Amino acid sequence: MFNSELFEKLVSIHSPSGDEENIRDIIKKEIEDYVDSIEIDRLGNLIAKIEGTGPKIMVAAHMDQIGLMVTKIEDEGYLRFTNIGGINPYNILHQRFVFKDGLIGIVSKNGKADMKNLKLSDMFLDIGVKDKNEAEKKVSIGDMCTYLSKYQEDEQRIISACVDNRIGCYMAIEAIKSLKDQKSENELYIVFTVQEELGLRGATTAAFGIEPDIGIAVDVTGSGDTPDDEAFAIKLGNGAAIKVKDRGIVVDPKMKNYMIDLAKEKNIDYQLEILEYGATDSAAMQLSKAGVLAGVISVPTRYIHSPVETIYKKDLDQSLKLLVELLRDENIKELI
Amino acid sequence: MLLNKLIEASAVSGQEEEVRKIIIEELKDHVDSIESDKIGNIIVYKKGKSEKKKILISAAMDEIGGIVNKINSDGTLKFTKAGFFDERILVSKIVNIGKNSLKGVIGAKPIHLQKADERKKALSINQLYVDIGVSSKEEAAKLVEIGDYISICSETKDFNQNDIIKGKALDSRIPCHMLIELLKSDLDYSIYGAFTVMDKVMIFGSRCVGARINPDYTIVLDGTDNKLGTTELGKGPIINLKEIRAVFDRDFVNTVIDIADKKDIELQISTDENRITGADLYQIASEGSKVIKLSVPCKYVGTPVNLVSRKDIKALNKLINEIISVLGGNYSV
Repeated sequence: MFNSELFEKLVSIHSPSGDEENIRDIIKKEIEDYVDSIEIDRLGNLIAKIEGTGPKIMVAAHMDQIGLMVTKIEDEGYLRFTNIGGINPYNILHQRFVFKDGLIGIVSKNGKADMKNLKLSDMFLDIGVKDKNEAEKKVSIGDMCTYLSKYQEDEQRIISACVDNRIGCYMAIEAIKSLKDQKSENELYIVFTVQEELGLRGATTAAFGIEPDIGIAVDVTGSGDTPDDEAFAIKLGNGAAIKVKDRGIVVDPKMKNYMIDLAKEKNIDYQLEILEYGATDSAAMQLSKAGVLAGVISVPTRYIHSPVETIYKKDLDQSLKLLVELLRDENIKELI
Repeated sequence: MLLNKLIEASAVSGQEEEVRKIIIEELKDHVDSIESDKIGNIIVYKKGKSEKKKILISAAMDEIGGIVNKINSDGTLKFTKAGFFDERILVSKIVNIGKNSLKGVIGAKPIHLQKADERKKALSINQLYVDIGVSSKEEAAKLVEIGDYISICSETKDFNQNDIIKGKALDSRIPCHMLIELLKSDLDYSIYGAFTVMDKVMIFGSRCVGARINPDYTIVLDGTDNKLGTTELGKGPIINLKEIRAVFDRDFVNTVIDIADKKDIELQISTDENRITGADLYQIASEGSKVIKLSVPCKYVGTPVNLVSRKDIKALNKLINEIISVLGGNYSV
């Protein structure tokens, strides 16, 4: 059953990479009654532990999102900015952005900017002030803002900003809740990681501290089901995506085949994902210390890093099922 | 004078021996332990009156320069770059080569011998060579070996009634000097100090220091300028909020801004540093560290004519001392 109230709450929180405290507080409250212990590490990763005697499984769901950081305030009160994570100038043009305190800025471009080769350095935020003095009362250099998120759902779809990766957070939270009554011997570390969009930084240090046997990232992936798309056999509505490869990882066939067999056994719709751009926290886990067996469950998503990221509820449902079945599967120990 | 000795020593990335020797010699009688690790970083521990948190302060030792990669038949030397910098600064510079500091000049075809179209283009490193005043390969081979390091000479000078220092490698040696002075002083709280190698070639000795010390807090000292011109010389130290891949710890940053405010220390905020330094690696080494980067404003980074202001150095010294006393006390972020 899709908990739309929870998901809508998650996507409404401001959480640019490096300042994840708001979302961390919300997630902590949501899960604290369901886990054995909670720790926040030096970088700000939220690490929830469910005790067990079996293999150590780390789940990584990143809780940060892309955004903009103010670099300079112009005399006229407009703000120059730099990117936090992967920002495409064409995606952000004339979109609303929101700061931590609720201030709204509109992204626009210099009058003479070249639309064929638009650069962030030719763009600015308009916060509706008359000059630098007035702007300085509202923002400081270093302040960050994120897409203003407008949540919408219908029977089939969910549309919002930062589905990447609140959907992973949502799955991890719901998995924790459903594991309460379906305990296994697996020792689980469900980690809500920071700074994924800057280069998997939170997962790097969390994995070092946890030393898991198995690492599973839950994140979004793209889709190849829109007109004139590249060869990418992921289609919304076809089920959970089991990662085979992306720019950061080649998943061990042992893990990939395990996930496929598990999906078949539990009647879960799945599709295999070979993503030609991007990477997930799995890449950081795989290379941690002496190496970790890592895999990824992804939710197929259209229009990633835009304010209208779109997923299908069916895929979410199937991905979550696969995650829960994996976490409670005692046969998983045979993989290591 | 220690500062001038540090600045004028050669420490091109990967060959930091001269500076390392000066630092170890200067510190060995003032600290509880000092050693050089397997790749040449210096790691120092100084005991204070108490130790609640592991605090590490780090400065890179190295500077930009070149490496000899071929001896030409006419006795001139071909070379490659060590570090990221603008090749256009190289022509006509005097250089030190190898352990014996052999002198040379970076030569190129003079303008009156260049063709019209050659005059329109900047010379690339492939068109440059080092001339050591010999005329054959045999003579040169007696003085130089392939792999010898080349550092660019630049006299250290005071400008403008002694407030501005001009010299080479100030973005690393000024932080090194500040850290040496800090480690020589009496401290209330224990600190680890690190002088790291290979920052300019993006190999980052700091990666190994972070993995070994696993500090709670790391303060990286650097020298920096700013592409948007939002920071200036003489307006106080800079706190860097962001690099290409790293956003530094928000709470730690805000605490430092608060301290500067309360203690009346001028502090400039910078967000547009388009590079990666050791601070990036410290943040994600081992279980991670709460990192901030503090810089002395430095003009013309990546050239042999850096400018820094003594006023900024003084203010940064004061700020670091205040931060340590807050971190070492009951502070927790």
